[in-house]
Amino acid sequence: MERMSFDLAQVPLREVNSFLHQEAPAKGVRQVAVTNPDGAHNIAVGLDCPVEVEVHGHAGYYAGGMNKTGTVTIFGSAGTGVAENMMSGRVHVKGFASNGAGASMHGGLLVIDGDAGLRCGISLKGGDIVVGGSVGSFSAFMAQAGRMVICGDAGDALGDSLYEAVLYVRGNIKSLGADAQIEPMSEADYATVKELLDAAGMQHDPHDFKRVASARSLYHWNADADQEY
Amino acid sequence: MSNNEHPAKPVVKEESFGYDRKTIDYIRNAAAHGMYEIRGMGAKRQLPNFDDLVFLGASLSRYPLEGYREKCSTKTVLGTRFAKKPIELDIPITIAGMSFGSLSANVKEALGRAATSVGTSTTTGDGGMTQEERQSSKTLVYQCLPSRYGFNPDDVRRADAIEMVIGQGAKPGGGGMLLGQKVSPRVAKMRTLPAGIDQRSACRHPDWTGPDDLAIKIHEMRELTDWEKPIYVKVGATRTFNDVKLAVHSGADVVVVDGMQGGTAATQTCFIEHVGIPTLAAVRQAVDALEDLNMKGKVQLIVSGGIRTGPDVAKALAMGADAVSIGQGVLIALGCNHDSYYQNGAHHDATADYAALGTAPGYCHHCHTGKCPVGITTQDAVLEQRLTPEVGARHLKNYLKTLNMELTTIARACGKQNVHHLEREDLVALTLEAAAMARVPLAGTSWIPGVSGF
Repeated sequence: MERMSFDLAQVPLREVNSFLHQEAPAKGVRQVAVTNPDGAHNIAVGLDCPVEVEVHGHAGYYAGGMNKTGTVTIFGSAGTGVAENMMSGRVHVKGFASNGAGASMHGGLLVIDGDAGLRCGISLKGGDIVVGGSVGSFSAFMAQAGRMVICGDAGDALGDSLYEAVLYVRGNIKSLGADAQIEPMSEADYATVKELLDAAGMQHDPHDFKRVASARSLYHWNADADQEY
Repeated sequence: MSNNEHPAKPVVKEESFGYDRKTIDYIRNAAAHGMYEIRGMGAKRQLPNFDDLVFLGASLSRYPLEGYREKCSTKTVLGTRFAKKPIELDIPITIAGMSFGSLSANVKEALGRAATSVGTSTTTGDGGMTQEERQSSKTLVYQCLPSRYGFNPDDVRRADAIEMVIGQGAKPGGGGMLLGQKVSPRVAKMRTLPAGIDQRSACRHPDWTGPDDLAIKIHEMRELTDWEKPIYVKVGATRTFNDVKLAVHSGADVVVVDGMQGGTAATQTCFIEHVGIPTLAAVRQAVDALEDLNMKGKVQLIVSGGIRTGPDVAKALAMGADAVSIGQGVLIALGCNHDSYYQNGAHHDATADYAALGTAPGYCHHCHTGKCPVGITTQDAVLEQRLTPEVGARHLKNYLKTLNMELTTIARACGKQNVHHLEREDLVALTLEAAAMARVPLAGTSWIPGVSGF
């Protein structure tokens, strides 16, 4: 039993997720297709084995959430919090992603072919996010570690209160958030962008990207800092 | 008549009520530093609390149980609404969420050992789960906080329950803080932060924004754990009636309501003292919300924030809580604010260390500095040796046992074979404020302000 298919119009989501958590690793199932997702929330959350899940249609909130070593491909768009808190593995959204894509990810690779909504990569703690289109405002808010490649534009307050995460943006940045700054690209940065674009299957010239990182001026309380909002 | 006939008396030193010395100190500190005060512990101001209520023990109209001879159950089950594996506790007194980072690893281990020995649960905190607390705790509640520091699906699976933390009583609407001196290399690694920075936790969750979203988030946790584990929702007490209703709507198995006396390891003083409502008022509103939804007994209520004694526990239960949660009382049992610590078989005076922080035993709220004189709220390699897990666990076990014995003493006196049978009808209030907040009659009258006429 190498490959399984579930029709969410017929089978409750709970059975599908339970299968992915228990039977899939026990029986060595490597590929699972989910049809008729119809925007269902929480598809393939908590994967804990190297199974490949294909979602044929649009997914609701938290698709592929907390993934560990699995691969989730969504042939459609994804709702809020796709791949939130992913530890490792890969989640690929062929369409667009809503708010909080890759929120609090610790590892793995999230690829979004289209645009992502507000707060993409918020609280990022590791891993990589590659967005083929643009990202909404407050993306990478308080992002602590990891890397983001944005092939389109970024909205307001990009990288507000950044810690050690690094962002690469090809298009326009509407505004930078507090403590985020544009820095010169090094050879290592170009290599990183190329590596991530290759991993995502996207083709752009790394030299078109800008680097955004933390100025680290908010790392310690400072009474003399301006309180501007 | 000359002025000399009535010589001026020496001017009496009159302190201003509005500009008393505390206020003058506050203004001078603000002027000197340009920075608000950050401190630990909870609200220090005088608030209506459980001391303002008393029990109506049995007499002729009610029949008491015999002290130590008759059964009085304290068994407590939490999470019966949806979870396949509800939490079963021997006592209705649990340990509140306190992070590794704010507390030392030794303390986390002590909490686990003591809780396990009396059959109750401990709770993680901001910053994730440590091996020490998982190994030492039979029943461990894993918090999911806005920061998501160290949040890990493996730990979700290892936990016995999940607590979605919306806020806490010390700072409803605010995120946590951990000042640089406590962000040790181990803490920093667990939280994916540079060591030594002044860490600010987010106040909002990164992947949901309201009660309808929270319902989906809770559903995610259920799917992730194959519906095994109870999901708690913790709110800081403010608009408690509405918040508890929304938590129930979101699918909580258990709602935790933390009043403004609830502690913190580090928050702005203005937040601690001026945001939130007292626990006494919050319990009443929370129970109202559950009764309004016909969810009393289906969704369990845990109350925290200033629960110190057995009578506090009994009163919270009588008002409708299913269990209580204790943070500061637990730390005090471990030696917080004590004038000495016990190390290598001897007591050592700690007053000089308190003085170095500008405080004294009994007044200390310097958890945020990481320089806890008794080795509790610290990450310092020397200070943390001042409390070993063995000594801490022994004291905490004694404290929890005492609370439980006091609880059953009161329940028996009220004629209850089960502490959960204590009811609001067993209580009266000593002050108008408490009567109005708790909605129980003023002692000796049938008057409940706001409910019944004079």
